[in-house]
Amino acid sequence: MSIELGHFAMVLAFALAAGQAVLGMVFWRRDTVTPILQQASLLTFILVAIAFAALLQAFARSDFSVALVYEYSHSQQPLLFKLTSVWGNHEGSMLLWVLILVIFGAALAVFGRNLPTDLANLTLTVQSAMIAAFSGFILFTSNPFLRLMPAPLEGRDLNPVLQDIGLAIHPPLLYLGYVGLSVCFAFAIAALVSGRIDAAWARWVRPWTLASWMFLTLGIAMGSYWAYYELGWGGWWYWDPVENASFMPWLAATALLHSALVMEKRNALKVWSIFLAIVAFSLSLLGTFLVRSGILTSVHSFASDPTRGIVILAILAVIIGGAFVLFALRANALKAGGVFAPVSREGALVLNNLFLATGIVAVFVGTLYPLLLEALDGQRISVGAPFFNLTFGALMVPLVLLVPFGPYLPWKRADLAGVTQRLIWAIVATLVLWLIIAFVLQSGATLTTFGLLLGTWVIVGAIADILDRARVGRIAFGESLRRMAGLPRTAWSTAMAHFGLGVTILGIVIVSSFQTENITTLKPGESLQISGYGVTLAGSENYQGPNYVGDAVTFDIVAPNGSTAKAVSEKRVYTAQRMPSTEAAITNFGLSQLYLAIGDLDDAGAYVVRAWFKPYVTLVWLGALIMAAGGLLSLTDRRLRIGAPQPARTRQKVEAA
Amino acid sequence: MTRKQKRLALILGLLLVLGLATALILNALRNEIVFFFSPSELIERGDIAGQSIRVGGLVEDGTWVKNGQDNTFTITDGDKELKIAFVGILPDLFREGQGVIAEGKLGSDGTFVATNVLAKHDENYIPKEIEQTLKDQGHWEGQ
Repeated sequence: MSIELGHFAMVLAFALAAGQAVLGMVFWRRDTVTPILQQASLLTFILVAIAFAALLQAFARSDFSVALVYEYSHSQQPLLFKLTSVWGNHEGSMLLWVLILVIFGAALAVFGRNLPTDLANLTLTVQSAMIAAFSGFILFTSNPFLRLMPAPLEGRDLNPVLQDIGLAIHPPLLYLGYVGLSVCFAFAIAALVSGRIDAAWARWVRPWTLASWMFLTLGIAMGSYWAYYELGWGGWWYWDPVENASFMPWLAATALLHSALVMEKRNALKVWSIFLAIVAFSLSLLGTFLVRSGILTSVHSFASDPTRGIVILAILAVIIGGAFVLFALRANALKAGGVFAPVSREGALVLNNLFLATGIVAVFVGTLYPLLLEALDGQRISVGAPFFNLTFGALMVPLVLLVPFGPYLPWKRADLAGVTQRLIWAIVATLVLWLIIAFVLQSGATLTTFGLLLGTWVIVGAIADILDRARVGRIAFGESLRRMAGLPRTAWSTAMAHFGLGVTILGIVIVSSFQTENITTLKPGESLQISGYGVTLAGSENYQGPNYVGDAVTFDIVAPNGSTAKAVSEKRVYTAQRMPSTEAAITNFGLSQLYLAIGDLDDAGAYVVRAWFKPYVTLVWLGALIMAAGGLLSLTDRRLRIGAPQPARTRQKVEAA
Repeated sequence: MTRKQKRLALILGLLLVLGLATALILNALRNEIVFFFSPSELIERGDIAGQSIRVGGLVEDGTWVKNGQDNTFTITDGDKELKIAFVGILPDLFREGQGVIAEGKLGSDGTFVATNVLAKHDENYIPKEIEQTLKDQGHWEGQ
């Protein structure tokens, strides 16, 4: 299969999606076009998959006659990195983005079979319009299928930082999350156009939101861990524009998950949920493209290309602007939901949305304010971690405090005193656990101690929710176990997601407050001490990697309890472009990590060694994994599969008969 | 509660949270933003010692002195220079002639004490702020 075949498939996909979009826009009311739209979506998927496979093959074979392969690959790379190099650059990552877009388009065609005609047609139409826009963008401005004449003998190699297993996992997961929200966006537009917005709409949107949210959670956590071990600064979150850009859609998706619940159960918050669905995908687009347009600077954005910034911004303006104009015109026509009691499950969910939405605003302001200020008066500033901790952090405190109350509150009307009474054991358990944790960690600082309390409270609250539902302690234990097994999966998934949140909070608080750092120079045989760990530089060894030369420095570590470990930190120079790279040595001790990074070898034969002890740092990502597992569990809930309203077509037939 | 009261409670709660958020953001924007200066701007201002800021420029050839974990180097915007002291491991792509950004404080002796030095993981990278400075000073030769 040649790269030209891929190029041709991409052109066909573009034309097909464009035709599909026009057809859908004109005839969306007719049920006769539904099968055509569905089949076109499947066909587009096949075509883009062929295009992507052609590019994968060109990279796998190191076909340097393809310009992109020459620019970002090297014949000596291991096969996995050759393949991941496909999306380690602007053009290829755009193609991956579109591939995932068509996957979701095809999924919509397959799983949307029992949607009412107008929703089915409109969602597929919106999806195909976006596919046309972005595949057009690829073909006309970022074509990955161009040939080089004459073909070079060797490639220029990929940026060393990207030659890592992280590139195989992080971008695909993140894109699955970003692009999954396009389906929610398509549903929102469909609802605005057709005027069909009810509890059933919320039920249809929820699985897509859940899936995207889950992928986003995993993608962000993976990105955070990758930056942590690869960049050698030992930090896992910098509030960098790139990170914020992925964090904002996550916050919006989290809010949408919660508001869709209210919509499904109480038929309220309808207009707001539509708005959130539009905001969530708009933020995803910003996340993918604003960072890429070169307008925002970031220390870890790759594959950016400022020259195409204007085209990107134009596409964004049309999609996002168009959606909001439609929203402004049509939102009034939608029937608003009822008003409800402030103290109730729906009241708590509104509060959740309120805090998450203001949290998004805070992150948004911090990310874009430097741009605005520079445009207005030329003043150049950067907004760093202190700003976000002070604003976003402060906004999250009341939200986190309220998390355990939410699942306890009944719908419609609740009695706060009664709920507090039911939570009394959870409160007592939290206080006891908190005192133990604070004592063990010898936490003196007020803020730290308070943070520990927050994390413990959310964790205990999640466990208490399950125990309370199973009536543990109030009925026979065996009966409780049976009740527990019989609980709806959504109850378990809520508890799991909240539990994960608590775990992440604990991890963040502990590692931020108790990590220690030691910088020194070591010659072979010399040692340093950090948090009771003895680290000896045992020796170094030069070796030849596949496409780099490495200097591996071995450390012997003695833990406070006497156990020993070996760790290797590396300095590599990738030969193609003489690009240096450092691989940190990270050793797990329980949930904590010892992080060692080396600097250059100096004339005296000594290495600068920067050592961190990161207590319980793995909780940060472990919590995210638990949250995502909660999302997955919720996706398997039978409520999402059965009980969906009858397909409109069969209903019409019944009525006609 | 009547319908009217419920709506009122909702709106009041909304205003309260929004007010809180606005207050937090404005306060943080006043106190927590970090200004970026080129060496020329820094020397022009003069009164900035002790405040946390960012400076950026190209590392001047032949000025990087390394002694164990202690590093000193000079950055330039083509017009003025600034001496920077940094303890720790410089980024892999830190080299002379490269554009870098340093975060830290200006000491009373005129040396900038950096707590963090950024050089992007891309060898063609010049921080946007530095690019602008070089253009302003007329030393820019790129596009």
